[in-house]
Amino acid sequence: MNGAQDLGGQMGFGPIEIEENEPNFHAEWEERAFALTLAMGMTGSWNIDTSRHARETLHPVDYLSSSYYEIWTKGLEKLLLSTGLVSAEELKVGQALGPAAPVKRIAKAQDVAAILAKGGPADRPETQAARHKVGDKVRTKRMHPEGHTRLPRYARNCIGVIEAVHGVHVFPDSNAAGKGEAPTWLYNVTFKGKDVWGEDSDPTLTLQIDLWEPYLEPA
Amino acid sequence: MSHDHDHDHSELSDIELRVRALETLLTDKGYIDPPALDELIETYETRIGPKNGARVVARSWVDPEYRKRLLSDATAAIAEFGFTGRQGEHMVAVENTPETHNMVVCTLCSCYPWTVLGLPPVWYKSAPYRSRAVRDPRGVLAELGIILPEETQIKVWDSTAEVRYLVIPMRPVGTEGWSEDKLAELVVRDSMIGTALALDPAKLETAA
Repeated sequence: MNGAQDLGGQMGFGPIEIEENEPNFHAEWEERAFALTLAMGMTGSWNIDTSRHARETLHPVDYLSSSYYEIWTKGLEKLLLSTGLVSAEELKVGQALGPAAPVKRIAKAQDVAAILAKGGPADRPETQAARHKVGDKVRTKRMHPEGHTRLPRYARNCIGVIEAVHGVHVFPDSNAAGKGEAPTWLYNVTFKGKDVWGEDSDPTLTLQIDLWEPYLEPA
Repeated sequence: MSHDHDHDHSELSDIELRVRALETLLTDKGYIDPPALDELIETYETRIGPKNGARVVARSWVDPEYRKRLLSDATAAIAEFGFTGRQGEHMVAVENTPETHNMVVCTLCSCYPWTVLGLPPVWYKSAPYRSRAVRDPRGVLAELGIILPEETQIKVWDSTAEVRYLVIPMRPVGTEGWSEDKLAELVVRDSMIGTALALDPAKLETAA
């Protein structure tokens, strides 16, 4: 979706502020928001693409004026409501008013290390041949889906070259919508800066973007 | 961690109250086990961070065979150190050379190689970096004090998928014969994102 999260190429945000010796968390609530989000992810009630979509569907003003862990907190609340794990009334009063819904797993402290070490690989078995090979010229589609997509706006309708074939990966556009993983080929595509930004681009710039087969057409 | 000030309940901000209420509710419902939250925080505070990545890079500087493995299958090469899993499932390592400078961003959210770098800093997740890194990386680098030669090619990796990128910075001159452990001290976090270079060894000497 063309939401506030799709920041590549936007202007006017000012200088980059690097904090020396920055801590992981700037307040205790950030630690809890972080851990709550990961622990609820471990219940298996949604996938990583659904959770990204929950954050990017915040109102653009809300998204851009919220700190990172505020966005995570608001995204988590949306996921809890949309999956029916909690009710709006429960969220309002901050306590359980009815029975819990079944979840796949409740992570215990002793399970955490193993769950993190396993991670959530996104690669899947190949079921059909890749359409493109390294060196092929491709064009990204001109598209503006209202749902989740990982083709950034700045890289749409641009010509590039296949740099690498990563394998078959879960397709976020489908997975975020609850329509299944729809695994498909994932490529790394090289774009010249000028083919993305025009003549003003730094002539030495190339962009390397991971893109799934449904985003690409032969060029 | 910021436990350095005790809050009177009445002083809690809206977001503090909101997160606290959420934790109470989810505990009440039985969806989470609070000690697991402590364990998650502890893990990223003490066990997973940029020191992991620095060890990988330092080895790639001293061991050409390791470097080859890292460049051909980074996930497996990094797993040799036991660094595996969440947000590092599919790793790719890219090397900086005099001809090419690599820099990593996630314009759409905050994708970052947790297994080797830990949690991303605020600036990496912020709008100024995410918006400009892809359009004006040379300007971003200059703002951060890195002036690259005009002819150096810049590759910006936008982390749009579950593939995570680790930049291998150039080994600084004047470090011949250094041990792997000592070299790792030069490999600062941002040098593995591509927004900094490895430390100048003279600076490490003066800092020590």
